[in-house]
Amino acid sequence: MNPKKTGKGAAAPAMPDRLAAPAATRRPDDGLRRVVITGAGTINALGHDVASTMQAFREGRCGITQLDFRDVDRLSIQIGGQVHDWRAEDYFNRQQIVLYDKFTQFTLLAAKQAVAQSGLDFEGALGLRSGVVLGTAGGGLNTWDENYRHVYEEGKNRVHPFVVPKLMNNAAASHVSMEFGLRGPAFTVATACASSNHAMGLAFQMVRSGAAKVMLTGGSEAMLCFGGVKAWEGLRVMSRDACRPFSANRNGMVQGEGAGVFVFEDYDSARARDAEILAEVVGFAMSSDAQDIVMPSAQGAERAITGALQDARLNPDQVGYINAHGTGTAANDKTECAAVAHAFGHHADRLMISSTKSMHGHVIGGTGAVEMLACIMALRDGVIAPTIGYQEPDPECALDVVPNEAREARVEAVLSNAFAFGGLNAVVALRRV
Amino acid sequence: MTDQIESRIREIVAEQAMLDPEQVTSEATPEELGIDSLGLVESIFALEEEFDISIPFNANEPEKSDFDISNMGTIIAAVRRLVAQKAA
Repeated sequence: MNPKKTGKGAAAPAMPDRLAAPAATRRPDDGLRRVVITGAGTINALGHDVASTMQAFREGRCGITQLDFRDVDRLSIQIGGQVHDWRAEDYFNRQQIVLYDKFTQFTLLAAKQAVAQSGLDFEGALGLRSGVVLGTAGGGLNTWDENYRHVYEEGKNRVHPFVVPKLMNNAAASHVSMEFGLRGPAFTVATACASSNHAMGLAFQMVRSGAAKVMLTGGSEAMLCFGGVKAWEGLRVMSRDACRPFSANRNGMVQGEGAGVFVFEDYDSARARDAEILAEVVGFAMSSDAQDIVMPSAQGAERAITGALQDARLNPDQVGYINAHGTGTAANDKTECAAVAHAFGHHADRLMISSTKSMHGHVIGGTGAVEMLACIMALRDGVIAPTIGYQEPDPECALDVVPNEAREARVEAVLSNAFAFGGLNAVVALRRV
Repeated sequence: MTDQIESRIREIVAEQAMLDPEQVTSEATPEELGIDSLGLVESIFALEEEFDISIPFNANEPEKSDFDISNMGTIIAAVRRLVAQKAA
């Protein structure tokens, strides 16, 4: 190893004791609440709402196409999971558009869908006890890109007064709180590709503990602009033709964009108002590899997976499906499969694991949120979203990756994996209600 | 010219590996020089900048790349070829 680049630490520590807390100290007599999802919204390369996205999952349809934005001809990577037919003026007025970066626009659109489905009204006391926690990696990256162009390339010496409030990473969370009157905890987490899973995990913990009644959560990303793709090109991990997770001939990741937002609320309240429950969130764990800034560690991923199972009090054999991080890079996919194989033992050969990034691309800080829809579809509808673009088996990814075609299967519990650059891992566990 | 190219490549890789240029022998592999995947990508970038060339290299499938990174000798030969193509 190059000492300048990596400071390899000591071996991974043993599982922390708290994960093995005796059941008697936990629910239901410990004051913890059950947490359920009562609303979902999205926009991504597969559609502008949940129904069209899930339909694409069922069909195994690919939303990755030729990129279309200014200066795309100067990029060596020409494909991405870009939101199609996006016209901000269809959803927002002029005053809103000048204040909302695209990542905020995507977030608000998804949040409105989720709140509408939940049927919640945050007027009065509920708003005081409700909040929003969202993930994003790049925040208002289009705003940075556009305004750097003005001052550096075009030599302008003046920028629009709203540049800062547009580009800040918390802009989307703040606008969601304003839109719905959420006056409790509101913030943004940025853990690269695990941002949304960290956000949803924290929202889960806040509702479970009673710190909040309702949390809007998920995340968004709008990084598909010249600077956003050029930066990724530099790492040389991008595919020029397709995202083929787990396939032996995979050759890299493909960026996507979009948002996913969900309403998390406590089970008793949801039941009392007769809300439709999409799924129950039952566990969450996070871990850090503490090893390398880009290369993932199977041990770090495994600790997050095992931690989520223990937090959820699930036995490994209760898990029927895992929505994989599955980026389509050589490093992630084999490391993730090793982590799953080790965490689940013999059951790893019986569960299904798929990567929907093959269809919507890697939505970076919003990816776990968009992928949560595949988890909900598996639990509620009994349909497992496929890994499309799968062409050649890889002995290092020898799991049932649900190749190319969606599958009907009744599953009791599922996991959503997210393993970020920086070695930050976040795994959410859900259950059918 | 040829010697200049070769010595610049050795200097660039030596800086990345934190070694003296004489230690960067033609037989040495990037791994033997202590260059990890991130260091390799950074070295390739530095070579592109130095010689104003574009090196075809995808970290996901290094073996399929036209740019042979087996050892310093193959790297030097590949850079020479790209520099010659640029001049042609």
